[in-house]
Amino acid sequence: MADLVQDPTADAVTDPAAPPWWRGIRPGTWIAAVVFGFFFLQLAGVIGVPLVDSLGTRWFTSWLPEGWTTKWYGSAWREFQLGQVFWTTALVSVLVVVLSVVIGVPAAYALARRDFPGKKAVLLLFVLPILVPPLTYGIPLATVLYKFQLAGTLTGVVLANLVPSVPFVVLTMTPFIEQIDPRIEAAARMCGARTGSVLLRVLAPLLVPGILAASVLVLVRTVGMFELTFLTAGPDSQTLVVALYYAVFSAGIRTQQSIDAMAVMYTLSMLVLLVVALRFVNPTQLVTRVKDDRSA
Amino acid sequence: MSATDTRVAPQPAPPEPPAARPALRHRLAERGIDRLLLLAVPGVLFLAVLFCYPFFYGLGLSFQPAQGGGPFANYRLFFSDPYLRETLWITLGLAVPAALINCLAAVPVAFRTRGVFRGRRLITTLLVMPITLGTVLTAQGLLGYLGPNGWFNKALLGLGIVDEPLALVHNYWGVLASLIITGFPFSYLLTLSYLTGIDPSLEQAAATLGADWRKRLRYVLLPLLAPGLAITFCLSFVLAFAVFPSAQLVGDPRKSTHVISIEAYQAAFQKFDYSLGSAIAMIMAAVMLAVVVLVLAWRSLLYRGATGGKG
Repeated sequence: MADLVQDPTADAVTDPAAPPWWRGIRPGTWIAAVVFGFFFLQLAGVIGVPLVDSLGTRWFTSWLPEGWTTKWYGSAWREFQLGQVFWTTALVSVLVVVLSVVIGVPAAYALARRDFPGKKAVLLLFVLPILVPPLTYGIPLATVLYKFQLAGTLTGVVLANLVPSVPFVVLTMTPFIEQIDPRIEAAARMCGARTGSVLLRVLAPLLVPGILAASVLVLVRTVGMFELTFLTAGPDSQTLVVALYYAVFSAGIRTQQSIDAMAVMYTLSMLVLLVVALRFVNPTQLVTRVKDDRSA
Repeated sequence: MSATDTRVAPQPAPPEPPAARPALRHRLAERGIDRLLLLAVPGVLFLAVLFCYPFFYGLGLSFQPAQGGGPFANYRLFFSDPYLRETLWITLGLAVPAALINCLAAVPVAFRTRGVFRGRRLITTLLVMPITLGTVLTAQGLLGYLGPNGWFNKALLGLGIVDEPLALVHNYWGVLASLIITGFPFSYLLTLSYLTGIDPSLEQAAATLGADWRKRLRYVLLPLLAPGLAITFCLSFVLAFAVFPSAQLVGDPRKSTHVISIEAYQAAFQKFDYSLGSAIAMIMAAVMLAVVVLVLAWRSLLYRGATGGKG
């Protein structure tokens, strides 16, 4: 990958008397290339095995299966009732995205525009559910949901998934809102707009890119969220990740290839979501926002 | 307000009538409290009900053991039973190396991909892709790939590096590999994000003053990156510490990868001892907090300036 890097500070070797090109590559590049190459080699193996297995007929100890087939996808779809599972996953994710945007964006607006006593405590409240892994608060949360008979239902799954999603929307939207000049709102107010119309007709159009980015990220997170759904889902409110886990873990003889086919379907749908997300969001600017015009 | 004004007797020229106190609304607005804050109320209420309340409920529950024996019986049980106590060390033994490897591997890769070059988007996407795999595909892949008949062992045998297949799954190594595959993308993204947040003119200034890349790395970039790396380490550690599904699927959940989250889950939802489950969850939270505080305390000794990234 060294030849891909056009680093202006790299010592360009053009002199014919100079040492060969690979002597000019800095050790950092070698280390990066080795880390990069090793990671991808292993990753290709790890992804390759289930992928090949899901497309193969019988595979014991040889390098590749004896023959190729796509029948496992059909049998996985029937065996694990994937139609129902995909529907639940879509329903849960859309509900979580819509609700977290509805709750989170106004809160982000208030936090971006006002400095008030106790703001640090509110910020901490919004940071903690993201920092703490879901399993630690998921166990008490599921216990409470069981107490109110919400666990095992779709409502319970949505509520549990909202806990990290709402803060996530708040934290990604706050910098977006801070970038909008408050004078635009002041001008709208001067012209007689009330808070409602300032929000709907002035801010909302400006915020659409940010809201889209946050929504797509929440969607990816919710589809991939294992722990919270696992702790709160009942038999008919499982999302794809959880159904997949039960397919591997629960007792009974399952065909290895069907499970692999299901895992490949899960990964493909996540991959589509991730590629869509990367079109909206520059992942390198999630933490620090610096203008990305440093190509010179 | 006007009523108080009229009570003040007319005086020659008072610079400011001291009795004229602005209304409470205005005084609050001056400190940033006005109706706009109502917008944040649903979010705060939501988290209070679904995050804080369950947490304190769980904390309270953990002091009401199902079997009786005083409020601390669950905690005493956890720390006196060697099988339970051991989970803490097993989890730390997985989480600390995984977080260290992920951070250290992310630094050189982030350095090489920070500039703008052709194919950067492709490479970033490839590096982030493992996020999409999910635990089960990773587990199935690791079981097949690293297993005794897997491609990895076949290749090692074929190259004559080993004489018999290495045992890499259903033990510590399988879980560690799974933690690295799922954790590396996060560390990489965070490191890259902190790295691109460092003002490039600082490095250019150092270069102008004659610093070669080694000196720029040693005296400019790494000190500025260190706080970000500390945060990255904390987050990777926290992610790895709560490892649950992969410890079940690629590990040896009864012995060498009997991690604390398995025990917490089993206590709460298989033995229906919610009190013990909550107690173990609280112990998990406390240990994580301790490690994070330790790392951040060390970090606060370092420079934390405008260009070192947000904390």
